[in-house]
Amino acid sequence: MSRLRRMEFDGLIVGGGGAGMRASLQLAQSGLRTAVLSKVFPTRSHTVSAQGGITCAIGSEDPDDDWRWHMYDTVKGSDYIGDQDAIEYMCSVGPQAVFELEHMGLPFSRTETGRIYQRPFGGQSKNFGKGGQASRTCAAEDRTGHALLHTLYQNNLRVGTTFLSEWFAVDLVTNADGAVVGVVAIEIESGEVVFIQSRATILATGGAGRIYASTTNALMNTGDGVGMALRIGVPVQDIEMWQFHPTGIHGAGVLVTEGCRGEGGYLINADGERFMERYAPTAKDLAGRDVVARSMILELLDGRGAGPDKDHVLLKLDHLGADVLNARLPGILELSRTFAHVDPITEPIPVVPTCHYMMGGIATNVDGQALTQDANGQDVAVEGLYAVGEVACVSVHGANRLGGNSLLDLVVFGRATGIHIEEVMRQGVSYREPGDDDLDRATSRLSRWDESSAGEGVAELKRELQNTMQVNFGVFRTEEHMVAGIETLKDLRQRIGAAHLPDKSRAFNTARLEALELDNLLEVAEATAIVAEGRRESRGAHARDDYQERDDENWLCHSLYFPEDGRVAKRGVNFAPKTMEAFQPMERKY
Amino acid sequence: MKVSIYRFDPDADEKAHLQDVEVELPEGRDLMVLDVLELAKSRDPSIAYRRSCREGVCGSDGMNINGKNGLACITPVSEAARGGKLVLRPLPGLPVIRDLVVDMSAFFRQYERVKPYLINDAPPPAEERLQSPEDRAKLDGLYECILCACCSTSCPSFWWNPDKFVGPAGLLQAYRFLADSRDTATEERLADLEDPFSVFRCRGIMNCVNACPRGLNPTRAIGKIRSMLLTEAT
Amino acid sequence: MALVTNVTSFGRTGLSDFVLQRVTALVLGAYGLCIVGFFAVADVSHASLAAFLAGTAMRWFSTAAVVALGVHAWIGMWTVGTDYIRQHAFGAGLGGSAFGLRLIYQFGCVAAIVVYMAWSVTIIWGLA
Repeated sequence: MSRLRRMEFDGLIVGGGGAGMRASLQLAQSGLRTAVLSKVFPTRSHTVSAQGGITCAIGSEDPDDDWRWHMYDTVKGSDYIGDQDAIEYMCSVGPQAVFELEHMGLPFSRTETGRIYQRPFGGQSKNFGKGGQASRTCAAEDRTGHALLHTLYQNNLRVGTTFLSEWFAVDLVTNADGAVVGVVAIEIESGEVVFIQSRATILATGGAGRIYASTTNALMNTGDGVGMALRIGVPVQDIEMWQFHPTGIHGAGVLVTEGCRGEGGYLINADGERFMERYAPTAKDLAGRDVVARSMILELLDGRGAGPDKDHVLLKLDHLGADVLNARLPGILELSRTFAHVDPITEPIPVVPTCHYMMGGIATNVDGQALTQDANGQDVAVEGLYAVGEVACVSVHGANRLGGNSLLDLVVFGRATGIHIEEVMRQGVSYREPGDDDLDRATSRLSRWDESSAGEGVAELKRELQNTMQVNFGVFRTEEHMVAGIETLKDLRQRIGAAHLPDKSRAFNTARLEALELDNLLEVAEATAIVAEGRRESRGAHARDDYQERDDENWLCHSLYFPEDGRVAKRGVNFAPKTMEAFQPMERKY
Repeated sequence: MKVSIYRFDPDADEKAHLQDVEVELPEGRDLMVLDVLELAKSRDPSIAYRRSCREGVCGSDGMNINGKNGLACITPVSEAARGGKLVLRPLPGLPVIRDLVVDMSAFFRQYERVKPYLINDAPPPAEERLQSPEDRAKLDGLYECILCACCSTSCPSFWWNPDKFVGPAGLLQAYRFLADSRDTATEERLADLEDPFSVFRCRGIMNCVNACPRGLNPTRAIGKIRSMLLTEAT
Repeated sequence: MALVTNVTSFGRTGLSDFVLQRVTALVLGAYGLCIVGFFAVADVSHASLAAFLAGTAMRWFSTAAVVALGVHAWIGMWTVGTDYIRQHAFGAGLGGSAFGLRLIYQFGCVAAIVVYMAWSVTIIWGLA
């Protein structure tokens, strides 16, 4: 296997979404040899689908806005298991990161005074929850992610980042010391397998919403980074925390931005009642996403769902008028007409909570360094490995992410990781050599699929996995269902390990990629299932029928899942921001 | 439903061929063309095509559907099918890598050539650069391009001169930066475009407008670039 | 600096071509109208037509129209050649490049245009 073609870069970023390309921009600007490896052309990454905006206290809509208020909202939104040093960093550095995007050319919508337009989003408040609804989400119409991703790609072109576009990372390569030395990847067009050696490897592979049957995520969001990390023994943190977005279009799963409710839209049940007034009297439709999603499900369970099957609720926008909708939400009009066959100018959109975001991921510090624990339960960095964006768990989202915080997470920590690596490289890091065994290990699952001669097909196994997760690990969870789900996943692990890839051709073999993605989906699903069963409380997005209360005594902590033995450990939450007092846990009401 | 899919594997096939696949469609739902492809692929995993967001914003699944370029994920079967049949071919004019996957490097080269990034060498302010809503509105209909290549691969001028004519997608982005009140490189950008090929191969036949799945109008943007070139010269 | 250079464009820009095409089209349009007007209004005979064309102003106008036609034709034919004379349109028989064939074609066009223009000018100024 040492015969593999070799490439070398100072910084190798796996994943070409917002986080990856913000990190690569930082590295390439500083003159380091930087490559972005992406399984799709970078502007096809899922960041492109983000709609509503990027939340940040830039003080445009409200000159008195304060990043500490944003921090308060984020801590509260996380149900108090977001790390406060990281949240502090994100909220305070955020304005600078957003202004940089504007300087790069991002076409933000504007206010009359020419500043960046900001809209209200869920969970936002002024004056630490006491000053009413804030408008803090910076937007480019309802295409902010698209605008952001294209702007980052364009600026990477400008600074000369190398793009390995349509390359698929198979596995991380480690050396005898457990340091990450690069990846083994497939050039999709030719099918060639290449070892890409790097002084720093940054995972920016995004989420894994495709473990669920119904998701707003792109078809390629298969948790490749989580899978790769788990296979070399790096643990994942808070992986049981999956956000269900209140407004996925019923049937299609396509996302309808929270910005709709920010602009004044609201949810109604079959009786036409604005039911969120009952569940969250103050914030109403702009309560945290977990709260809104659960309220919707309760409406459905109580028989007040709309449609012949009473299986969805309705998002009403028509009262906003055609002018506002055309100016502020043009993309939503298009998506609704295409996928829901309704025109929001005159009719409400049928929506249902849909899997949207992975709050958990590879634990990292503020510098993006991947973390594991030593035998004494102390944090230690995994040499050579970094993670940014949705695949990482810094953790700024804790048990529930606020809308608009995802794009901010991408750019702030993409940037921070780039800055950190620049500094580390200046101090000198050499390439580490893998042994032949290490390369063999990294190519073993590829060989497994390529040598398979009989067994079940990938598509059917994937469907089964997704349905298992959907049924047993959805918005509400119970012991009984989760245990059954874990059993099914165990069985699926056996069957996927013996599954068959019939098409062994080389050029642009998408069947091979889907097989490799299935391995990753399984890793994420299994970790999710085991930890979800283990966390015996309800917190944020993790809502259990059998443990309905938050249990701060036992579970005010991160979960950490170790793949080798399936062990779930606890890791402390950071309550030590640098410039202020920490926010202490309180009852979470909207 | 009968679906004819363009098949070509460079390692196995001398020549491309159309393969007829029978796909069973569920009752009572109008599927998108991509859903039909996914159904076909679940039966024959060797069919290759690009796809990702399945909602028309990532630009992966541009293809030629019954003779018209479009995105498979937002083209309803009911609209596309002719005589109860779908014919799916790769985007025309670019080399085929495999099945419905084309080599888009010529397309991206033209995009890169127009310097698709904001140029303004003045030191930026501490906050954002100001831009009036009116100036920002000039970017509408331009920045939304998803680089799916449906337009450029429906343009005969791009078929003939993919190495010299920027093509509708690239020109739309060229104008996106010419129109941006924050960009200061107007002269340099226009000088780059004044040769007989880059812009002036556009004959205004508007195939691009007809093909664009986002409803954008590259022909209008090209007209504006021409006017700017004229104004600049006089 | 233009992004695309081409030897046989003789340093013209796309803009100059674009403007020339339109200016020459205007000249040709005006000349066409003038001729049509003559046929519509005058008592048409060979003698009256010859007299009409032999006026000094008309001789200059005809010359301008011939030059305009020549310029218009060259730009048009050059463009057509760069569009359609391509290697893949002629298979592999071209020995690697369509450049040579395009050069022959362009030389032919120039020769024809020059000959026609010279011939026309001789006729215009040779009228009795």
